Amino acid sequence: MRYLPLSDADRVDMLAVIGAGHVDELFADVPADVRLAGPIAGLPLHASEMAVERHMAKLSAKNMSAGSAPFFLGAGAYRHHVPASVDHLIQRGEFLTAYTPYQPEIAQGTLQVLFEFQTQVARLLGTDIANASMYDGSTACWEAIAMAGRITRRDAVLLSSGLHPHYAQTALTMAKFTGDKVNHTAPALSAKPDDAALIAAIGDDTSCVVVQYPDILGRIPDLAAIAEAAHARGALLVAVVTEPVALGLVESPGALGADIVVGEGQALGVGLQFGGPYLGLFGCREKFVRQMPGRLCGETVDAEGKRGFVLTLSTREQHIRREKATSNICTNAGLCALAFSIHMTLLGGEGLSRMARLSHARSRETAERLGKIAGVAILNTSWVNEFTAVLPVDARPVVRALADKGVLGGVSLGRLYPGEGALGRGLLVATSECTTREDIEALGSTLEEVLA
Amino acid sequence: MNDMNPSGWRPGMGNAGDGAPASPTFTGNRGLQLEEALIFELGRMGGCGVDFDEEAPEPMATLGQHLRAAPVALPGLSEPEAVRHYTRLSRQNYAIDLGIFPLGSCTMKHNPRLDERVARMPGFADVHPLQPQETVRGALDVINQLAFWLVELTGMHGVAMTPKAGAHGELCGLLCIRAAHEAKGDAREVVLVPESAHGTNPATAAFAGYRVESIPGTADGRVDVTAFEARLGPDVAAVMITNPNTCGLFERDLRRIADAVHAAGAYVYCDGANFNAIVGKVRPGDLGVDAMHINLHKTFSTPHGGGGPGSGPVVLSEALSPFGPLPFTAKTADGMVHLVEEEDAQTMGHAQAFGRMAAFHGQMGMFTRALAYILSHGADGLRQVAEDAVLNANYVLRSLEDVLDAPFAASGPCMHEALFSDHGLAEGFSTLDVAKGLIDEGFHPMTVYFPLVVHGAMLVEPTETESKAGLDQFVGALRSLAERARSGDEALKTAPCLAPRRRLDETLAARKPRLAWKDEAG
Amino acid sequence: MAVYFTKEHEWISVEGDTARVGITDYAQGQLGDITFVELPEAGAGVTQGKSCCVVDSVKAASDVYAPVTGTVVSGNPSLEDEPELVNTDAENAGFLWSMTLADPAQLDGLMDEAAYKEYVAGL
Repeated sequence: MRYLPLSDADRVDMLAVIGAGHVDELFADVPADVRLAGPIAGLPLHASEMAVERHMAKLSAKNMSAGSAPFFLGAGAYRHHVPASVDHLIQRGEFLTAYTPYQPEIAQGTLQVLFEFQTQVARLLGTDIANASMYDGSTACWEAIAMAGRITRRDAVLLSSGLHPHYAQTALTMAKFTGDKVNHTAPALSAKPDDAALIAAIGDDTSCVVVQYPDILGRIPDLAAIAEAAHARGALLVAVVTEPVALGLVESPGALGADIVVGEGQALGVGLQFGGPYLGLFGCREKFVRQMPGRLCGETVDAEGKRGFVLTLSTREQHIRREKATSNICTNAGLCALAFSIHMTLLGGEGLSRMARLSHARSRETAERLGKIAGVAILNTSWVNEFTAVLPVDARPVVRALADKGVLGGVSLGRLYPGEGALGRGLLVATSECTTREDIEALGSTLEEVLA
Repeated sequence: MNDMNPSGWRPGMGNAGDGAPASPTFTGNRGLQLEEALIFELGRMGGCGVDFDEEAPEPMATLGQHLRAAPVALPGLSEPEAVRHYTRLSRQNYAIDLGIFPLGSCTMKHNPRLDERVARMPGFADVHPLQPQETVRGALDVINQLAFWLVELTGMHGVAMTPKAGAHGELCGLLCIRAAHEAKGDAREVVLVPESAHGTNPATAAFAGYRVESIPGTADGRVDVTAFEARLGPDVAAVMITNPNTCGLFERDLRRIADAVHAAGAYVYCDGANFNAIVGKVRPGDLGVDAMHINLHKTFSTPHGGGGPGSGPVVLSEALSPFGPLPFTAKTADGMVHLVEEEDAQTMGHAQAFGRMAAFHGQMGMFTRALAYILSHGADGLRQVAEDAVLNANYVLRSLEDVLDAPFAASGPCMHEALFSDHGLAEGFSTLDVAKGLIDEGFHPMTVYFPLVVHGAMLVEPTETESKAGLDQFVGALRSLAERARSGDEALKTAPCLAPRRRLDETLAARKPRLAWKDEAG
Repeated sequence: MAVYFTKEHEWISVEGDTARVGITDYAQGQLGDITFVELPEAGAGVTQGKSCCVVDSVKAASDVYAPVTGTVVSGNPSLEDEPELVNTDAENAGFLWSMTLADPAQLDGLMDEAAYKEYVAGL
């Protein structure tokens, strides 16, 4: 067994030191009637590296990978090019196989990365501070709602209709148990989000308004106006960013008045991975730090006065405050945060802007191509790198037909909103710097074929 | 006031004195021990280490008011600078690849590199969660195959695969329990948790809307069955029990507690953080457990990555399975395991699902790694994993009990971790001193000051991937440190002296938080 | 001015209708370096024996219970920037909050300084 270093002779010697005759004596506390006599029947026995690799490779080959086809999916997960050095560096054993940095003297690598990550995220989101990451965007969104409730001591939550439906469902699930009153409706197929209706719905009991930016249909809400209206009623603005690359082009939510900004960081460094692990970004105003969930890394000095970093303000957390903690979260998405941070370090603000502009330019070309197809209309009047096309027919079978022809052509709104017939003809189309002109033409011509 | 520092840990404890600094160098480096600046001090604004195929034209005019005035204020590094920065930082970390990482209750075992290779196969790493199902059959197979193993290894009925980490899994389990009670119109309010529980148990119960009541333990480090039985009643929704528990001991009476809990109309949540000690030896389903999360990064060795990502699937009994979140995998009468999503929740008998806990299908990148690990070990290897983990822990326990107080050693063997206390150390010497001494010896310390029920706790979990020779070296080092702490060797209080940093001022960090880099020049 | 003590290591010093409340020097010594105090809000009602304030050290968060029932006048504003006052001057400048008393008779159930000293000596 290649992962087990003990030899049979070792085991005998060690049992002798322990004073046991057989390893089963060490399991004496397990009631005899439920103790398993041998390997569980019906399950395969151990396998060689070759055999396991072969098995997994077969499963992998049954999937159509994004890189093997013209690819236009987004809706909360985006495919950008990840530099080779990112994957090399995150596989260094000192990062990959380290634990949470509880012994800071021998974890300065992880801690400095977290400090740099927190600074990068805060600047990206436009907030004073950011934490060391959450599980993903959807859970970070709920944590932001819970935090807003602690700050305002109100329990009405207003979700914009442009919020990713999975994020909304996550919040609705949690609210069933916490008793928060969550208001959410599906979006209408309009060129611009109805910010006025959202603002009108803010009440004196509203804890926070949750607004995705750009929204699920690729539209860009007027965050500054919503922030002003929310603050006037004593509510907080929680902004949600599912495509961080968009912030290379449009203003950061914090700069527009958002009090808490959360996001999905997967687009940078992490990759698609069929939905996880991803990376929850979480930033807020400094004055709210004591109400913030999740790990925080802070700067300090060691006994010789040298700069160093430690996990800090941990009295907010579950291992100390137990049932009074700000959240039950124990982990962060450490390795994903590292990947994000390395990618961001390679890009810098300048590279992020270029990446966003290029993704945007490809998106415009794609919209232009699709707009030429009879019966296809482009919903948005402005967007960054994801827009909504309205097809003449239900988009769900169209997406499957495109896949049959080797094109991964977007996400149908019908899949995201199964009960909302009015949205059925909507198709979300996302692009990035990876999108080629050949890809765009393949989507255009294949869609023409499918619709014909 | 309450909770007056139950663990015995003290912030100022044994702060390094005025130990003479090592002879200074111009750079601050010491040979291969390299100092590294922050990227904000290294990089240039406007710098960039990524080339693009072309320059993009001006963005569309309609974006006008939304455009940012200037790029995000972040420096960029060229590739060689970036590679060097992170490589140098990595060398300031201890890691399981460097040596034993005996953190009790954390399970730091070897991370097979096959699992990394598998996770990076393009059919897993480069597929979008919302691709048409016809294009991701292999990915769904991975979820189902892993679900099958988890169900079989635990003797349970169904498994929620989406929870993102152990704590998220705990929440999932408690929400299932709450949904099950509510379906019966039974509004129960209390969750019972033993006092030795990990802090996340009460935090989760509170998050799920329950009132938490703590149940005392017994002198031999187990839960007090009679106290549990006495407290059970119509207001108790569930008990949360860790087995093996946080003292590294098997809860012999779990079956009896479970029977009493069920008789009282409540459910048993088992914290599966320590499942690695019993995998293949006993199935939690046979002990009466209704819900248990499995930390894939512990039992099934997906890498900890410096603090995540985790993955916390939750296995459920037949009584709780109907309430599991979507997507959900469940065994049907024919023995097959199916993945149920929103579209077929009704037809697959999952109409009572409590909802969605997160976007998408769960930690796929961890599923592929865990499945590769499980297939590598097989049913026989996983059983051996538990046996070797327990053997190694008992070896450590018996090799050190003469120099370190082992509060529960007299009650019999431990499971996968050996628990010691600070009892018997010289006046003024603490667990922290022993831990920091280990750093100078080139080892990562054990878990300290947890569990809270033991003063100055030291919890050593060697795991099954340590060799006997490696353990002997570790035991030798710990023995030497225990002897120094018993005899009052003052030099120990300045440890570590040989690590990249000396003891850090955590009080300063908490009193005046500096959580982001600020340019001193403004 | 009279000072009373609780078994949970709070002190209350009463002068006329108002009182100051803090934790004892013994308690601060047990907690170690105080990093943050979550103070009760002005106007908040507090109930004898119920938690109304949290004192954080690096690795512990400890509830402080109201020694008597009453209404908070204000938290100690100095602690916002200098939580370390609880360490350096626990029983004076490091007080936690001031309050009015609902029922001064509750003081009769508390310890005086001599009794508290004896109590601590027995711990």
